[in-house]
Amino acid sequence: MPSEYDIIIIGAGIVGSLTARFLSRYDLDILLIEKESDVCAGATGGNSALIHGGYDAVPGSLKAETNVRGNAMWDQLSAELQFPFDRRGTYVVAIGEEEFPRLAELHQRGEESGVPVETISGAEMRRREPRINPETSGALYCPSGGICDPWAATIAAAENAVQNGVALRLQTQFRDFIWADETKREQIVGIQTTQGDFYARWVVNAAGLYADEVMHRAGVRPEFTITPRRGEYYVLDRADVEINNVLFPVPTEISKGILVTATTHGNPLVGPNAQEIDDKRNVDVTPAGMAEIWQGAQKLIPSLTRRNIVAVFAGLRPGGNAPCLGCDVEYNKDFIIEIPTEVHGLVNLGGIESPGLTAAPAIAERVVELLRSAGEELTVKSTWNPIRPARPVFRHLSPQEQATLVAADPRYGRVICRCENVTEGEIVAAIHAPIPAVTYDAIKRRTWLGTGRCLGAFDTPRVIEILARELGKDPLEISKKNGGSEFLTRKTKEVRHA
Amino acid sequence: MRKQLKSNYEVVVIGSGPGGLAAAIAAKKAGADDVLIIERDLELGGILLQCIHNGFGMEIFGEDLPGPSYAQHYINAVQALGIETLLDTMVLDITRDRRIYATGARSGYLDLQAAAIVLAMGCRERTRAQIQLPGPRPAGVYTAGTAQRWVNVEGYMPGERFVILGSGDIGMIMARRITFEGGKVERVLEILPYLSGLNRNYVQCLQDFDIPLQLRHTVKRIIGNDRVEAIEIAQVDEHWNYIAGSEELIPADTLLLSVGLIPENELSKQAGVQLDPLTAGPIVTDGFQTNVPGIFAAGNVVHVYDLVDWVTKAGLVAGRHAAQYAQQLTHQVGERKYVPTASGKNVRYVVPHQVAPESLTEDTITLQLRVTHPLEEPVRVLVHDGENLITRKLKRYARPGEMLEIPLRGRDYDAVRKAQELRVSVVPKG
Ligand SMILES: Cc1cc2nc3c(=O)[nH]c(=O)nc-3n(C[C@H](O)[C@H](O)[C@H](O)COP(=O)(O)OP(=O)(O)OC[C@H]3O[C@@H](n4cnc5c(N)ncnc54)[C@H](O)[C@@H]3O)c2cc1C
Ligand SMILES: Cc1cc2nc3c(=O)[nH]c(=O)nc-3n(C[C@H](O)[C@H](O)[C@H](O)COP(=O)(O)OP(=O)(O)OC[C@H]3O[C@@H](n4cnc5c(N)ncnc54)[C@H](O)[C@@H]3O)c2cc1C
Repeated sequence: MPSEYDIIIIGAGIVGSLTARFLSRYDLDILLIEKESDVCAGATGGNSALIHGGYDAVPGSLKAETNVRGNAMWDQLSAELQFPFDRRGTYVVAIGEEEFPRLAELHQRGEESGVPVETISGAEMRRREPRINPETSGALYCPSGGICDPWAATIAAAENAVQNGVALRLQTQFRDFIWADETKREQIVGIQTTQGDFYARWVVNAAGLYADEVMHRAGVRPEFTITPRRGEYYVLDRADVEINNVLFPVPTEISKGILVTATTHGNPLVGPNAQEIDDKRNVDVTPAGMAEIWQGAQKLIPSLTRRNIVAVFAGLRPGGNAPCLGCDVEYNKDFIIEIPTEVHGLVNLGGIESPGLTAAPAIAERVVELLRSAGEELTVKSTWNPIRPARPVFRHLSPQEQATLVAADPRYGRVICRCENVTEGEIVAAIHAPIPAVTYDAIKRRTWLGTGRCLGAFDTPRVIEILARELGKDPLEISKKNGGSEFLTRKTKEVRHA
Repeated sequence: MRKQLKSNYEVVVIGSGPGGLAAAIAAKKAGADDVLIIERDLELGGILLQCIHNGFGMEIFGEDLPGPSYAQHYINAVQALGIETLLDTMVLDITRDRRIYATGARSGYLDLQAAAIVLAMGCRERTRAQIQLPGPRPAGVYTAGTAQRWVNVEGYMPGERFVILGSGDIGMIMARRITFEGGKVERVLEILPYLSGLNRNYVQCLQDFDIPLQLRHTVKRIIGNDRVEAIEIAQVDEHWNYIAGSEELIPADTLLLSVGLIPENELSKQAGVQLDPLTAGPIVTDGFQTNVPGIFAAGNVVHVYDLVDWVTKAGLVAGRHAAQYAQQLTHQVGERKYVPTASGKNVRYVVPHQVAPESLTEDTITLQLRVTHPLEEPVRVLVHDGENLITRKLKRYARPGEMLEIPLRGRDYDAVRKAQELRVSVVPKG
């Protein structure tokens, strides 16, 4: 008898992971599948990490609605799942007198959407952010905006789901639907994957960039396509550059512009640009892109120098062409959150680009509501535990707490990542967590090691050693992200190509 | 078994490379009783432990030693002198008033007070982000030093077909090492029109093994999502723009970066130590004292050296001054009169930044400098105060990859004492 579930969720980004976590509250058998070797390997793994206030979404759109609702959910979420979130507000900064009037427009749009905003003077902005361009003429402050750690949020959500009984299968790629009747293709009863067939009464499409391909397999919305829009970033060294806030430039017609922002892990972030590309795997950083974001960053913080750069990366926005249904604007960049009528057994999500991170808890909540309204009986499990206890993070502790932790477990005394001060204890804990971290990148997402100024040059050999030891593997088998990305090729003194 | 540590030391040295070892030895010999070395690695010796090639010690021992042998000489001395060492222990923080917070799996969490500190944390390698290499982020892009550790210390090969970016010493040495181990080095690329490492390494590591070096070339794009599959290279013009049509695709599974070293000064910054933007190391006096009284610095943490012998010598000076500070609390910056040094013609930087003429009554002061570009002809190294020539020295040539030295001696005392500034320049002998 093949595996049977009530619900299968495709994709373990923030949306799929939170959906799994919200649904794990009910008496349901749930399977979460992910094609990569870890959760959070898609859009959620490379973005600006902002919890947007929602003043700039088109009023009446699903984006606006889930943004505002999602924003309000992050305090409780971060308290229960114990990941970094900081509601420190966001700013749109006007440089020079000519940009100042634009703030009034944004201010008004904020008020119309019911998002609290406040216009402050240039002098006040300079006081709050001393390194800001001295030509700053004013700023729009949105106190409900914030920053989070998207890696930690997704991992925590998925871990909490697993703790509450959700089955997670990594390296399991959706290929096609299984139908009750292959000729009629009306009722979905399961999916085919690279790891075999799985059956379920419901399938949730949370496949991010690939959501279009998944829904097309069900014959749903053949006109809907996702075009990846790449955004490139620089990470700056917090030892050189102190940034306290989230700083946007005044937006243009086409983009929110290049922002400079504080992050929950400390190293400021600069980016993103926006470039449509045709390859969903292309996360290259490019000379043109880097030049563009550098110029943008210098507009806000002219004193930045290239010496401050510690890392570069790119992420892909899963931008779709779904028309806006609920509002009177002709707007075709809205989210899809629906149970399509042409087939049975599919909850369909699509086009979850920015502010998808912010909106994710609200999207997950809607999925639950959609299922309920489709007649699904949702009984709360008495055993459900909404708390995912965080593991110790050495660098966030006070000296006294550090001393206590080291005394209790000496492995927390051995620093493995010299830039971010990540200890062996944290690495070992990640390897043996509810979702075991078995690759270098998985450990990086859970501990932030290798993200600092030496980019892992110091820690990589040591992490490989720890992974091999803890997993009972040979160092030659340890990889960066999955099979095919092993770090080492052979022992020295071995004859090559024997 | 862990021995009981004291909570107060006269001199604490952070790092046990040649700079730190020498500083500890000199401090002890200068009369400091309680000297402690804190090292995050499992053994003493610093980066030398992975440098199993020859090329160390020609200046001091007149012998061409492998790195570990060179280090062992000083490790023996440290042990003979009864200097305390703490291994597997990382310094997390130091304060202006010389408190030290450290942690280690065996030593636990530590909170120490030092009368004087010598910073000897060495340097780290520049990464692909700092030179902004385009492309995705697959496995197979490593710094040359990380590869060196894998091959020489751990016994693993990080790849089979290599492109090496940068003609720094570590990269050239690794090119040879990889060849010995049966790997293939397809190319060494250098964006500058000249070599950035030592010429002897070019001859011994590349030429002798027929490994092609291409000047004015760089990586245009890394290719491969999981593991490096190929490296697209290109020629550049004098503004480092790619020259269209010069692109070439080299199949390779590994890209090694040897694109410069940066002094490791995060701890120094935490203690309020002021850095020189040119060297990325502390601004120091001739006794290697920083602007923070009682905090000294030695070795690659001050500026990147190419020869270990000079690191040892600098460490000896720093250690001696640290001991004197700890014992008498003299030598505070500001108490002595200092004369600033300055970079003159063709000189990129000079270390130390300030010289106390009084020091010349005790010892020679060595000014260390690097030129801005190669001067492939006999040159004079000159030290001037305005129009007044204080001292000079002849060299056969001057190259950015090879540090130059010029000593100030006892006989220069009067001239230095009267000087407003010690401007060092390097000019063709003409
Ligand atoms: C540059 C950039 C900046 C952004 N900034 C912000 C911001 O500041 N604030 C904000 O709110 N939002 C932001 N976003 C948007 C936000 O990142 C996304 O909306 C959000 O992460 C989408 O989450 P997701 O779970 O839908 O998608 P993803 O994270 O992409 O998850 C989808 C998952 O499905 C998996 N998958 C795909 N196909 C299959 C298959 N066939 N079988 C199995 N698994 C599959 C993928 O591997 C992936 O892990 C930004 C996005 C980008 C790219
Ligand atoms: C790869 C390489 C190859 C070289 N080849 C040659 C050669 O062939 N010939 C030659 O003459 N010279 C060579 N050199 C140059 C010379 O060896 C170095 O300049 C010299 O070793 C630097 O000594 P150091 O003491 O300043 O630093 P290092 O030897 O780097 O020592 C610094 C020490 O400090 C420790 N440390 C750092 N931070 C902390 C902390 N927070 N807490 C505790 N400990 C800490 C480190 O673990 C390390 O052991 C080479 C250098 C390198 C990097």
